[in-house]
Amino acid sequence: MHEMALAEGVLQLVEETARREAAHTVRLVVLEIGRLSSVEPEALRFCFGAVTRGTIAQDAVLEIVDVPGAGVCLACGATVPMNEAWGDCPACGGGFLQPSAGTGMRVREIEIE
Amino acid sequence: MCTVCGCGAGETKIEGDGHEHAHVHADGTVHAHRHGHDHEHAHSHDGATLAGAHAHRHTHADGTAHVHEHVHQGEHAHVHGHLHDHVHADGTAHSHAHDHEHGHDHDHHHHHHEAAVGGDLDYGAGPAGAHVPGMSQARMVQIEQDILSKNNSYANANRQWFDERGIFALNLVSSPGSGKTTLLCKTIELLKDKVAIAVVEGDQQTANDAERIRATGVPALQINTGKGCHLDGHMVGHAMQRLQPKDESLFLIENVGNLVCPAAFDLGEHHKVAILSVTEGEDKPLKYPDMFRAADVMLLNKCDLLPYLEFDADLAEANARRVNPNLTIFRVSATTGDGMSAWLDWIGSGLDAQRNRHGETVDALKARVAELERRLADK
Repeated sequence: MHEMALAEGVLQLVEETARREAAHTVRLVVLEIGRLSSVEPEALRFCFGAVTRGTIAQDAVLEIVDVPGAGVCLACGATVPMNEAWGDCPACGGGFLQPSAGTGMRVREIEIE
Repeated sequence: MCTVCGCGAGETKIEGDGHEHAHVHADGTVHAHRHGHDHEHAHSHDGATLAGAHAHRHTHADGTAHVHEHVHQGEHAHVHGHLHDHVHADGTAHSHAHDHEHGHDHDHHHHHHEAAVGGDLDYGAGPAGAHVPGMSQARMVQIEQDILSKNNSYANANRQWFDERGIFALNLVSSPGSGKTTLLCKTIELLKDKVAIAVVEGDQQTANDAERIRATGVPALQINTGKGCHLDGHMVGHAMQRLQPKDESLFLIENVGNLVCPAAFDLGEHHKVAILSVTEGEDKPLKYPDMFRAADVMLLNKCDLLPYLEFDADLAEANARRVNPNLTIFRVSATTGDGMSAWLDWIGSGLDAQRNRHGETVDALKARVAELERRLADK
């Protein structure tokens, strides 16, 4: 259940920004969750609803932007799409892919009023 | 409440927090008990103003629009639907609709209250308190920050603290029952005459593990995470302040037994060390790839049991390297001590690197002091 901790992290960034911008309410929170980031978007959505209750973001809509994964094949050097944390290179068949994209999880932006 | 992991108020306990009290009763018996303190902060989110003026814009069927202002008191709820289009920095665009419910006070009715397309009806509710026809007060603010940035800043501060003191810090992670504590005890037993060691033990409940470590003669501190599933940078920051490890020492953190969550949380360690025991499955690195990717070292533990099991150690290593080609792997048995010397040598080289770095820092500081003293003497 580290999604709960991540939801707390999101709320912290949102609250800090809303305070700095003297916002009344937060309408929308946009996250970017990489497909290789070890986060389960549906679990995060559930936890976000739980942690924002009673906060400035309680009515905020949560939008999760899926960031596709990619990796570099250590055998042939090709950059290939990755949907799981490991796999064979579709270009050369090699088995060592170093993830190069889709590993992050960020708060991209919020809409405030 | 822990600001990073969100576990409940008073749930996280670091040994030594709280107070110990002794009571003497009327019959002369004495008993001691300890208790911790929970802090509760009450805060109210009741920011509603009692009376407010705001403007409404109405679009009529014939296309004319008008705006009027009204003051209201009491409560009403209305729902706004609106559509947003966003264009992001990377050029991708998306649109989405959402509804807002506002509770505020109102005592009149609009039967022709149709929202204009894309219209937000609370024009006067924005920070400006004024209203510009046709312009919404809502605005987008770019944040572009890692969700874990708070934890990462605690972790970076911890790492800097370790580096300034030449301390080598390791974060040991595994599923429950892989033999982490036994392995730690064996490691400590073999190293404690050569280097100062301090240990942080993370578990949801009990101080059993810290007691096992203290029995080896080195200082240990238990952190109980309560409902939390991992240690975080903030907890470890407190623990290291409490333990005050010696300069150029070894600092070992035994994380909560969990192959999932601790992968994401940097504690300020120099390396994560994943422990896989041969009584588990060879495919565990493939099932829980995040942890084996986050680790720099894997210890394949309980290797003394290999003759009795069908576990394929080569396959386990190959699976781990599929997930993380750079993984350093040692086969060990904490019970018999087999294979421990390679693991201890690896720790030794980490300690040496930190010592040299610390020595250089101290030498640089001494040179600077000497230089300043010479300049002072010249005055």
